[in-house]
Amino acid sequence: MTAQNPLLAVEGVETYYGNIIALRGVDIAVFEGEIVTLIGANGAGKSTLMMTICGNPQARKGRIVYDGEDITHLPTHDIMQRSIAQSPEGRRIFPRMTVMENLQMGALVTDGASFDADLQRVFDLFPRLKERQHQRGGTLSGGEQQMLAIGRALMSRPRLLLLDEPSLGLAPMVVKQIFEVIKDLNREEGLTVFLVEQNAFHALRLAHRGYVMVNGQITMSGTGAELLARPEVRAAYLEGGRKEAAE
Amino acid sequence: MSNINQAGSADEQQAPGALVEWEQRVAGYAGEPPFVEEPQRLSAIAAALKDAAIAAAIAAALFLFFIGFRTDIAIGGLDLTTRWQAFGTAIVVVFVGRLLFRILLWRPATKAGTRPLLLRAFGSGEGTPLSEHFARHSKSVGVVALVAAVLYPVIILALFPMKDKQFIDLGVLVLTYIMLGWGLNIVVGLAGLLDLGYVAFYAVGAYSFALFAQFFEVGFWFALPIAGILAACWGLILGFPVLRLRGDYLAIVTLAFGEIIRVVLLNWYTFTGGPNGISGIPDPTFFGLEFARGDDNLPGLLGIGYDSAYKQAYFFYIILALAMITNLVTLRLRKLPLGRAWEALREDEIACRSLGINTTNTKLTAFAIGAMFGGFAGAFFATRQGFISPESFTFMESALILAIVVLGGLGSQMGVVIASIVMIGGFELFRDFAEYRMLIFGLLMVIIMVWRPRGLIATREPSAILKERQTISADMVAQGEGH
Repeated sequence: MTAQNPLLAVEGVETYYGNIIALRGVDIAVFEGEIVTLIGANGAGKSTLMMTICGNPQARKGRIVYDGEDITHLPTHDIMQRSIAQSPEGRRIFPRMTVMENLQMGALVTDGASFDADLQRVFDLFPRLKERQHQRGGTLSGGEQQMLAIGRALMSRPRLLLLDEPSLGLAPMVVKQIFEVIKDLNREEGLTVFLVEQNAFHALRLAHRGYVMVNGQITMSGTGAELLARPEVRAAYLEGGRKEAAE
Repeated sequence: MSNINQAGSADEQQAPGALVEWEQRVAGYAGEPPFVEEPQRLSAIAAALKDAAIAAAIAAALFLFFIGFRTDIAIGGLDLTTRWQAFGTAIVVVFVGRLLFRILLWRPATKAGTRPLLLRAFGSGEGTPLSEHFARHSKSVGVVALVAAVLYPVIILALFPMKDKQFIDLGVLVLTYIMLGWGLNIVVGLAGLLDLGYVAFYAVGAYSFALFAQFFEVGFWFALPIAGILAACWGLILGFPVLRLRGDYLAIVTLAFGEIIRVVLLNWYTFTGGPNGISGIPDPTFFGLEFARGDDNLPGLLGIGYDSAYKQAYFFYIILALAMITNLVTLRLRKLPLGRAWEALREDEIACRSLGINTTNTKLTAFAIGAMFGGFAGAFFATRQGFISPESFTFMESALILAIVVLGGLGSQMGVVIASIVMIGGFELFRDFAEYRMLIFGLLMVIIMVWRPRGLIATREPSAILKERQTISADMVAQGEGH
């Protein structure tokens, strides 16, 4: 895991919405087997970076390299067929489809040969989904929907999992449970995870490395523990209702 | 770590206020049975009777002078005549109307538990008996409906020898709209692309057969696939410019597309005959045999004698077969990745893309396949009518087909059947009251949309194979974003 090429490299990426610049030259590297997190305040550009990696919107400058291949200008569906899976912001499960159908949608890009094994794996990770496999996605609770979104992403057997704010709007216990699963996936299967989070404390504790984004630029990077210890990070993202948590 | 524990314990320890509220609620459940006792319903009916009687009494007082007496100008003053019969009828109408209104529609103000009968049957509130019934028995309902459809011409020929042509023709018309509804259901119901110009593909199908018949003298069966393919091509042509559009904008562009096709057909006089249309479109043959007089033709060979109703019956079976093909293809596609992708597209386009689905291709195939079935139906329409003109392909047709799909319940195959029978059958039934027809149908649509906002059959049948079926009414599920 040391001096190899990163699995995902974002190099000097600039993204615009119309004429408004959202990302001002972002550099990020994610190595195989790592959990890397990106934290930042609302509107810092975290989700924009996630979307740019997925090709919608596409970067106007810079490159995005996945597994040695330049994917900067590929259409979204092409990118998502390259062993990258995403659990999008706001979960975006299919509300009128059953849990089972949602999971099948995740496996649509595979050849289907390993479907049963993949399904079993998701059910092992999230037993709640197994209980609710016949239920419609829209009737699940928020936490279950997030489990479903992650499970759906895992159904395509990704090497790189992109998670966009999995803790959004969830109870602390559920967040803990979901982060536990991400940790297990990484530790036991070597799944590479790129995690965009507002919940800086949890994300930095989980991640091997982290980046801090402010106003479309990366201002700090380091290991999770390092960033957690930095006074700027604590001042900006942790203290304020969480004083004792950071200790 | 500590904050997690704290958060967890805070979760378990509810606020005292919430706890008290919860206990009160439990206590509330404990006492009374959760159902309404019989005497209350009886008293509800008694109250309704009383209410209706009061209404009838008021009506009697008013109508005595309005209806009961009639004055005419006569020599030496006014001539007074009494009209007791009309007076009596009016009072009975008021009484019965008020009673039905009260029992079926009104929610009595006195007791919250007694829901009116009709609302209980169709209500989208707590239980949704109608749609769940269908979800549970959809297979058998479908089989029964199909058997009924197959037997329909036979029964009509046997029972109504005088009116057989008219009734079978009505069946053909209903089936044509069922097929169009099913075709449009692929685009609107499954893929969620609101298409207001579906009639354009119907027109393309009809004109391709008519023109092929005119210039190359081909028969129906030869032209049928061509009509489908050409309509599918036009579906792609419409699809490309509207790929980025959704909802309202898509609806406007497709509406314009439908009008463009019609206006071109109307004005391209040298090719399409303009407003004069195209006539003399050949009838379909049965393996080369025609339904006409003469011993060489099919009725003669069968020895059953010529009857134009037989030709109608043949039309009926053709459109039944075409409609069933549409249905089976749709049902099959729903279980394949393509159909799944359509439904996912309807639910959430962004999630679709994030799962590696090519939304461009998915949309285009939806437009093309939906259009293809429209084209088939169009070719059939041309051969049945024998004459077509742009008059038949107005926006009203698109609106009618869309109304059938929406009233039936988006994505529901059985809903389309029911809505077609009600709408088209109803149109024919009310032919005598032509001026009130649109009024009645407007009212009907409003009522259905108020009671069942997602259409008659709103339950979506899961396409995954399940061991046990649990349906949760679609009413309880939030609408997917994007349209």
